[in-house]
Amino acid sequence: MLEQLEQQRTDALAELETVDDSDALHEWYIKYLGKKGAVTLMLRSTGQLPPEERANFGKRANEIKHLLNEAYAQREQAVRQQELAADLESDALDVTLPGRPRTLGGIHPVTQTHREFYTIWADMGFQVFTSRDVETDEYNFQLLNFPPDHPARDMQDSFYTTDDGVILRTHTSPGQIHAMRQLGENGTQPVRVILPGMCYRYEQITARSEVQFTQVEGLAVGRKIRMSDLKGTIAAFAKRMFGQNVSVRFRASYFPFTEPSMEVDVECFLCDAQGCNVCKYTGWLEIAGSGMVHPTVLRNGGYDPTVWSGFAFGMGPERITMLRHGINDIRYFWSNDLRFLEQF
Amino acid sequence: MLVPISWLKDFVEIDIPVELLAERLTLAGLEVAHIHYIGVPQQQVDGVNWPTSDHLVWDREKLVLGAIREIKAHPDADRLVLAMVDYGGDALEQCVTGAPNLFAYKDQGKLETPLWTAFAHEGATVWDGHSDERKLMTLKGRKLRGIYNKSMVCSEKELGISEEHEGIILLDPRDDYVPGTPLQDVLGDVVLDIELTPNLARCFSILGVAREVAALLDKPLREPSYDVVAEGASIQGAVTLEIREPELNPRFTFALLRDTTTQPSPELMQRRLKLVGQRPINNIVDVTNYITFEIGQPLHAYDYDKLVARAAGKAPHIITRLAEAGEALETLDEVKRELDAHNILVCDERGILGLGGVIGGAETEISDATHNVLLEAANWNFINIRRTMQSQKVFTDAGTRFSRGVHPSQAILGVQRGIELMRQTGGGQVAQGIIDEYPLQPETVHVDLPVSEVQRLLGMTFTVETAADILRRLLFDVEIDGDTLHVTVPDHRLDINSDAVIGQADLIEEIARIYGYDKIPSTIIGDDMPPQVGNPDLMLEDATRDLLAKLGLRETINYRFTSPEREALLIPDGMESSLPEGDYVVIRNPISSDKTVLRKTLLANLLETAQVNARFNTRQQLFEIGRVYLKRGDVLPDEVRQLAILLTGPRNASGWMDGNDNALMDFYDVKGVVEGLVAGLHLADVAYCRNDDPASRHTSFHPKRSALFYLGGERAGVFGELHPQVAQRFGLVDAPVLAGVFDLDKLFASVQDRHLVRELPTTPPILQDIAIVVDADVESAKLERVIAQAGGDLLKDIQLFDVYQGDPLPEGRKSLAYHLVYQTNDRTLKDKEVAKVHQRIIKTVQNRVAGAEVRM
Repeated sequence: MLEQLEQQRTDALAELETVDDSDALHEWYIKYLGKKGAVTLMLRSTGQLPPEERANFGKRANEIKHLLNEAYAQREQAVRQQELAADLESDALDVTLPGRPRTLGGIHPVTQTHREFYTIWADMGFQVFTSRDVETDEYNFQLLNFPPDHPARDMQDSFYTTDDGVILRTHTSPGQIHAMRQLGENGTQPVRVILPGMCYRYEQITARSEVQFTQVEGLAVGRKIRMSDLKGTIAAFAKRMFGQNVSVRFRASYFPFTEPSMEVDVECFLCDAQGCNVCKYTGWLEIAGSGMVHPTVLRNGGYDPTVWSGFAFGMGPERITMLRHGINDIRYFWSNDLRFLEQF
Repeated sequence: MLVPISWLKDFVEIDIPVELLAERLTLAGLEVAHIHYIGVPQQQVDGVNWPTSDHLVWDREKLVLGAIREIKAHPDADRLVLAMVDYGGDALEQCVTGAPNLFAYKDQGKLETPLWTAFAHEGATVWDGHSDERKLMTLKGRKLRGIYNKSMVCSEKELGISEEHEGIILLDPRDDYVPGTPLQDVLGDVVLDIELTPNLARCFSILGVAREVAALLDKPLREPSYDVVAEGASIQGAVTLEIREPELNPRFTFALLRDTTTQPSPELMQRRLKLVGQRPINNIVDVTNYITFEIGQPLHAYDYDKLVARAAGKAPHIITRLAEAGEALETLDEVKRELDAHNILVCDERGILGLGGVIGGAETEISDATHNVLLEAANWNFINIRRTMQSQKVFTDAGTRFSRGVHPSQAILGVQRGIELMRQTGGGQVAQGIIDEYPLQPETVHVDLPVSEVQRLLGMTFTVETAADILRRLLFDVEIDGDTLHVTVPDHRLDINSDAVIGQADLIEEIARIYGYDKIPSTIIGDDMPPQVGNPDLMLEDATRDLLAKLGLRETINYRFTSPEREALLIPDGMESSLPEGDYVVIRNPISSDKTVLRKTLLANLLETAQVNARFNTRQQLFEIGRVYLKRGDVLPDEVRQLAILLTGPRNASGWMDGNDNALMDFYDVKGVVEGLVAGLHLADVAYCRNDDPASRHTSFHPKRSALFYLGGERAGVFGELHPQVAQRFGLVDAPVLAGVFDLDKLFASVQDRHLVRELPTTPPILQDIAIVVDADVESAKLERVIAQAGGDLLKDIQLFDVYQGDPLPEGRKSLAYHLVYQTNDRTLKDKEVAKVHQRIIKTVQNRVAGAEVRM
C-alpha cells in the first residue's frame, strides 16, 4: 500500500508538471485529490489496513495529500498567470480608432475673452458694470464731450432709431456716465469698473469691420488717479493677457472724452516684434484706446475735476481674440458656424 | 495728409532720419500711416520698425542731374530728337528721345540756358515708362532708328515720382545746379502720409506739421514770408464787402492782382502739388491750392473781370449770407445744387458766387484768359461747414480744413502770401491794401497752470521751467510766476479751451505729448478702493452659460438686428403672435433689409443659425443669452435678457461603432436640459404645464409637444418641439426642432441666494415599486403629487422608471412605474411601518385619481 501511495505521489507530481491550463489542472485535481481521487481513496482505505500499519500509512498519506495540495496551489497560480497573460495578449484593440464621441458644449470665444478680462481686472479691483444698448444722443455723445455736429462725431457712424435723439450706442463709454452717476454718490465715492457690452456702428460688414461688436471699457475715478497709474495698470493687464515679457507703448491720440488720450500698443507677440503682416510690419499691435477722463466728463459724472481725476480705457474683445487665435475674418464671430465654435 | 519732407524743411531743420521722425510724430499723435520714398533709400534705425519699401532707389552714380545743352533733329525720325546732355563728364552725351516737351528747342543750336533734367547712364535701373504694369528695366545700349543710344533722359514715371510719361522732367534752372550731381540729392524725397485726428486741425498743413516737428526736435520754426510787393492802385473802391452772419463767417479778406498772366506754375510748385496729391492747373489755381496745403488757410480766386461784368461795370459788392428757400447753384464740380437754409453763401448783387468755405461757383472761376484776380481768404464756422459738406455731399480740401477749424487769424496771412505768390508766378501789380472785414474776433485764450496740476494728473514732477520750455517750443507765450505758468495761446490754435480747468487739461496733454508718454513713469493705483458691490446678475448669466455648456450645448452670439418679417416667421398661419409685448426699435438707417429693427426674441436668429449650420451638421445643440428690445412707451426701450436653446438631430453623436443609436432628439431631451438648468441654478417652485390653451399658448411651439415653464406661479418660459410649420420655414425639416425661450430676469429672480444641503441618511432605504395604470392623458406630475402627499415624511423620493403603453393594456391607458424610496435619517425602518404607508399610498391613488389601478 505504502509503495502504491508513493507511486501515486510520483505520478501525480510528474503529471502536474505537464498541466498547462485550467481545465487540465481541474482534471488533475479530480484525479488525485477529488472526492474519488486516487490519493483521497487511499487515505480513506487506511481503515482496511492491519492496525499496526495504519498509523504509519495514515501519516504518510496525509503528508502526501498536503504536499500535493501545495503543489497544486503553486501550479494553479502559474497556470492562471499564464492564462491571464494569454488573455491580455488576445484582447488587443486598435487604439487608433476614434473614441465614442461625447457631447462637448462650449462657450463662445468672445465670451471666453470677456471672462479673461473680468478675471484680470477683478484682481485689480475693477468690478463689472453693465448698461443699456439703446441710448440717448445725450449719453452716447453730448455728456462725453461730443457736442452736436462736432467733427469728432465723424469718428463714429451711428445707427439712428426712428425716435429722435435715440441711437444704438457706438461705444460702451455712455456707461462711464451711468457708472459715475450710479456709483459715485454725487461725486463723493471713487469708482473702479469695467464696462462690457455690445456696440453698434454704421459700417459695411467686411472681414475687418462689423455692424455690432463688443467693447470692454474701464474707468477708474478717484482723488489720486494719475496718468502714471493708467500706464502701470494697462501694462499689468497686458502682461497677464499677452505674456510677462511683452512690452507696451503709449501713443498720443484723440478721444473727446479723455485728455491726454493715448492708444496702447503691445509688442507683436505673433512675430516677436520682428514685423509680420498682422502688425503691418511695425512690430506693434494696437490693443486699446485710453486716457485721463476729460474734466467735462468728470463734471457730467458729478465730480469736481479740480479734486477728482480718473482714467479710462477701451478694448475690443473680438480683435484680441482674433490676434490670439490667428482669426482673419471678424465675421466668423456672429456667423456661429459650429465648425468655428467647436474649435474653442 | 501727405507731407513731403523737402517741403517741411522749408520751415524746420530736420537732422534725424526720416524713419525716426515718423516714429516721433506717431508717438506724439500724428500717426504716420505710410512712408513713401522717392529715389532715396530707406534707412534702418535701431528700435524703429517700418514696413520694407519696394520703391526704386536711384543709383547715385548712374542717375544724375543732367544739363541739356542742345537739341538736334534726328536724321531719320521726325518724332525723335537728339538731346546733347552735360552729365558732368568730359564730353556731352547724345540721348535719343521722343519727349514732346523738347521739340520746341529743336535746331536752335546751343541753348542759352540749359534744360535741367534727370539723366540715366547705361546700366541704370528705372521703371519701364512704356509698360502698363510696374516693371523695372535696366538701360542697355542699342540703336534707335539708326543712331546708337546708351543713356536716357527720364520722365517722372521712369523714376517712380508719378505716372507722368508725356515728357521728360524739366527742372526750373537754379544757380547752384551742377551737372552730375546724384539725382537723389536733387529730386529725392520722402513723403509722410499722416492720419490726423479731429483735434489736430492745426496740423492740416505743411507749416502746421512743421510746428509740431520744431517742438518735438526742439528746433526753431522758420515762418514763411507774408510780405507783399504791392505797387498797384489801391483796392479801395474796387470791391466792397458785407458780412451778414458774423457767427458763421467771422472774417473775410480780399486782395487784388491786376494785369497778370495765367500760365503754368513753376516746376517746383507743380512738383510739390503733385506730391500732396493735387493736379497742377495754372499758377492762379495752383497758388490757392499751394497755400491751402502750405499754411492751412484755404483761398478762393475769382476772375475779377467777370465780377465787374456781373456788376454792370461797377465795383462788385460781395455779400456773405445764408441761403434762402429755393436757391440753387452750379458749383465748380459741375453739380447743380439745391441749397439748404443753413448753407452760407458768397454772393454779389446778381446772385450766388459760391458755397462759402467749401466750393466756388462755375461762373466766376479762373480761366487761362484771366488777367485780374480777386483773391479771397475767409474764415467760416467749422460746425456749419461740416453740416454743409454733409448735406450737400461735397468734400473739398478747403471744406475739410474749415470743417475741422481754422483760426480766423490765418486769413490775412493766407491772402498776403497767396497774392504775392500769384504775382511772382504770373506777374502784374498787386493792388495796395487789403479788404479785411473781421466782425467776430475770437478772444485770445489765457490759461493759468499751476505746475502742481501737471503733477497731480501725470504722476511725475515737472519743474516750472521744463513745463514752460515745452509750451514755448509749441509757440505758447509763457510767463512764469512762482509755481504757476501764465500761458497765452498762439493764434493758430483753436484747441485750447478758455475754461480754466479744461484749458489746464489741454495744456497738460501738450506737455505730456511733447515730453513723451514713454518717459512718464508706470505706477500702480494708490487711490482708495471703491466699495465692492460685485455684479450678481453677470455671475448668474455666466453660471447659466456654464451649465448649458456642461449639458452639451454651444453658446452662440447672433446679430441683435433682424426684421419684423423674419420674426414673423415664428407665427404659424392663422395664429396670434407670441412675441413679447412691445414695439420694435426701428433703425432709421439700416445697413441692409434684413437688419431693420432690433430683435424682440432670440429665437428667430438662433433658428437661422441652425439653418445655416444644418448644411454641415445633422446634430445641433445651441443656446444664446442676450438682450431683446421692447418699446413700451418710454423714450428708451426695455432691454430684457432672454435665454434661447435649440436642439435638433440624433440624440447621440455619430461614430464608427456598430449598433449606433440614430434615434432623434425629442421633447424629453429639451426637458432634460431644462431640468438640468433648474437643478444647477437651484430654482425653486418650478412647474411644467401644457401649452395648449388657445388663449395663452405660445404659438411658435407644437400645441401638444411643448410645455410652459412656471416659476413661483409665474410664466417664465416655454420649451418643446417647435411648431412644424415654423421649423419648415427655417428649412429644418429632417428632424424635430426642440427649442426653448426663457425670460432670464424671471429665472434669476427665483434663484435662491444660497441653498441648504440635505443631511445624508446613515440608515439604508427601503425600496418598494409601484405600477399604476391610468388613462393616457393623466399627467405624471399629478400622480407624483398624490403619492407624495399620501407618503408623508417616510417617503423620501419617487423615481419614475418606466412608462408603458400598448398590449396588453387597452387603448387609451398607460402604465407608470415608480420606485418609492422610504427612509428616515436616524433609525432603521420596520417593514410594518413601510407596509402601512405603502397601503395608504395605493388607496389614496385609487381614490383620488379617476380610473387608476395599482399593480404591485
